[in-house]
Amino acid sequence: MISAIFMTTMPAITVNNLTKKFNNFAAVDGISFAVEERECFGLLGPNGAGKTTTINILATLLPLTAGSATVAGFDVCKQKNQVRQSIGIVFQEPALDSRLTGRENLEFHAMMYGIDRLTRQKRIKALLELVELSEKADVLVRNYSGGMKRRLEIARGLIHRPRVLFLDEPTLGLDSQTRRLIWNYIKRLNKESDVTIILTTHYMEEADDFCDRIAIIDHGKIVTMDTPANLKAALGPQASLEDVFIKYTGNTIRNIEEREKIW
Amino acid sequence: MVELLAIYVLWKREIIKLFREKERIIGSVAMPLMFLTFLGFGFSQASLPGVKAGISYIVFLVPGMIGMNMLFGSMFSGISVLWDKEFGFLKEIMVAPVSRISIALGRIAGGATTGIIQGLLLFGLSFFFGFGFSESFSLSRIIAGIILMLVFMVLIAISFLSVGLSFASNMRDAQGFELIINFVMFPLFFLSGAVSPITNLPPWLQFLAYLNPLTYGVDGLRRSLIGSSMFSLQFDLFICLAAAIALTSLAAFFFDRSSSV
Ligand SMILES: Nc1ncnc2c1ncn2[C@@H]1O[C@H](COP(=O)(O)OP(=O)(O)OP(=O)(O)O)[C@@H](O)[C@H]1O
Ligand SMILES: [Mg+2]
Repeated sequence: MISAIFMTTMPAITVNNLTKKFNNFAAVDGISFAVEERECFGLLGPNGAGKTTTINILATLLPLTAGSATVAGFDVCKQKNQVRQSIGIVFQEPALDSRLTGRENLEFHAMMYGIDRLTRQKRIKALLELVELSEKADVLVRNYSGGMKRRLEIARGLIHRPRVLFLDEPTLGLDSQTRRLIWNYIKRLNKESDVTIILTTHYMEEADDFCDRIAIIDHGKIVTMDTPANLKAALGPQASLEDVFIKYTGNTIRNIEEREKIW
Repeated sequence: MVELLAIYVLWKREIIKLFREKERIIGSVAMPLMFLTFLGFGFSQASLPGVKAGISYIVFLVPGMIGMNMLFGSMFSGISVLWDKEFGFLKEIMVAPVSRISIALGRIAGGATTGIIQGLLLFGLSFFFGFGFSESFSLSRIIAGIILMLVFMVLIAISFLSVGLSFASNMRDAQGFELIINFVMFPLFFLSGAVSPITNLPPWLQFLAYLNPLTYGVDGLRRSLIGSSMFSLQFDLFICLAAAIALTSLAAFFFDRSSSV
């Protein structure tokens, strides 16, 4: 009985007491959460909170120190290849080959995921149109603007139709028009296909608009987790998600580098 | 099938970039050509002990320079992993559902192709520096020699691409890699018999030279191109093949353990 229930409601992601230590510093400190299929789950937190580290572990790029995690039902340590097959990811830092053209970057990706030539061509054409890069497709990526690179990376993360999509600050450095365009598309994708989305962002409005549930993470620990509506309601009728964020994470700047930038 | 497609696309990426940056091909033969000029002309009259009578020094030197070109180019191309890491592209490669071995093989295939193109260019140019096949060689001996040369080139390239990849997998950045790799590369070069027969070295250095896979690669290249060598062709081939397999396995092992973030 019980196992049957587990089978039918298998979450897209489960994280149990996940810990990641770099030397002795716990970047992720015993976090647990589950993300349901088709859900859009936001990880918010100040710089250095451990968001990217968490995503890297879930994407099989970093080994974990303790705890466990599954993605699409597969263990991130023991079933790496199945996990990799199930996910798409847009990294926080640029991850393009700037000496290839936009189209070549997409081709490379599609072939690494074993997509046949016809499907490849169709999807690449459609995605290039979506991110409005069709005209620049055959230009070397080193000649792209920051926003164009970002759009290309988002297109790339979608080519192989992943079941779980990780977006680490996907709209970083984009203008408002492009941000809206990208969010609308991701929203549609989330509703129309069965893709589950985990995202991080420092734009509170985006998280508020878009996430079904949010976890606020600080110093490697989850400090609160709920729907945006509930999080705001708990603070008062006028509260914004920004208020919630400040309440849980305080006013101080966390990142030494960030502090140096200001000085 | 998926794995083969991945190896192919990793190879293709290298080749696209190579032809986009042709100066890389030219640049790589500059150093061996300099050696050929200065060493070759400098010692043209001298007779070096260990070099068979009737073989001029430049003819002796050319297979060594081809070996050197393969060594330097291959070892250095390990750096491409670190550039990929620096530019974040390594994450894109490593997050793909492809076995780490295939990724390592794809890189090695790309690097080996690059090396062979450079090696062939050097071989062609060496005729302008005084290289020529022995008059006793028939046409079929020349063709066989060139085919054998290609085989040795591939084996040398695979071996030292693997060494480069192994070092790169254990390093954090490109600067550190350059330092270390120069440290490793020059002894390998000088202890390979590329510029002078290893029998002229003191015994303890000779011993080290016998441990160096490049010694057998250079010897094999000499056997292929000038028909004079220390060891038999079979022995050279066997050692080079064994070294290529062992070093590729080592590279795959280190690459698998390395971090991409
Ligand atoms: N490879 C590493 N070695 C050592 N420390 C690391 C490493 N990667 C991350 N850290 C540290 O772990 C902590 C969490 O980093 P992480 O990148 O996960 O933060 P983040 O929440 O994504 O922050 P941001 O919003 O700035 O992207 C930081 O203190 C960071 O310095
Ligand atoms: Mg981050």
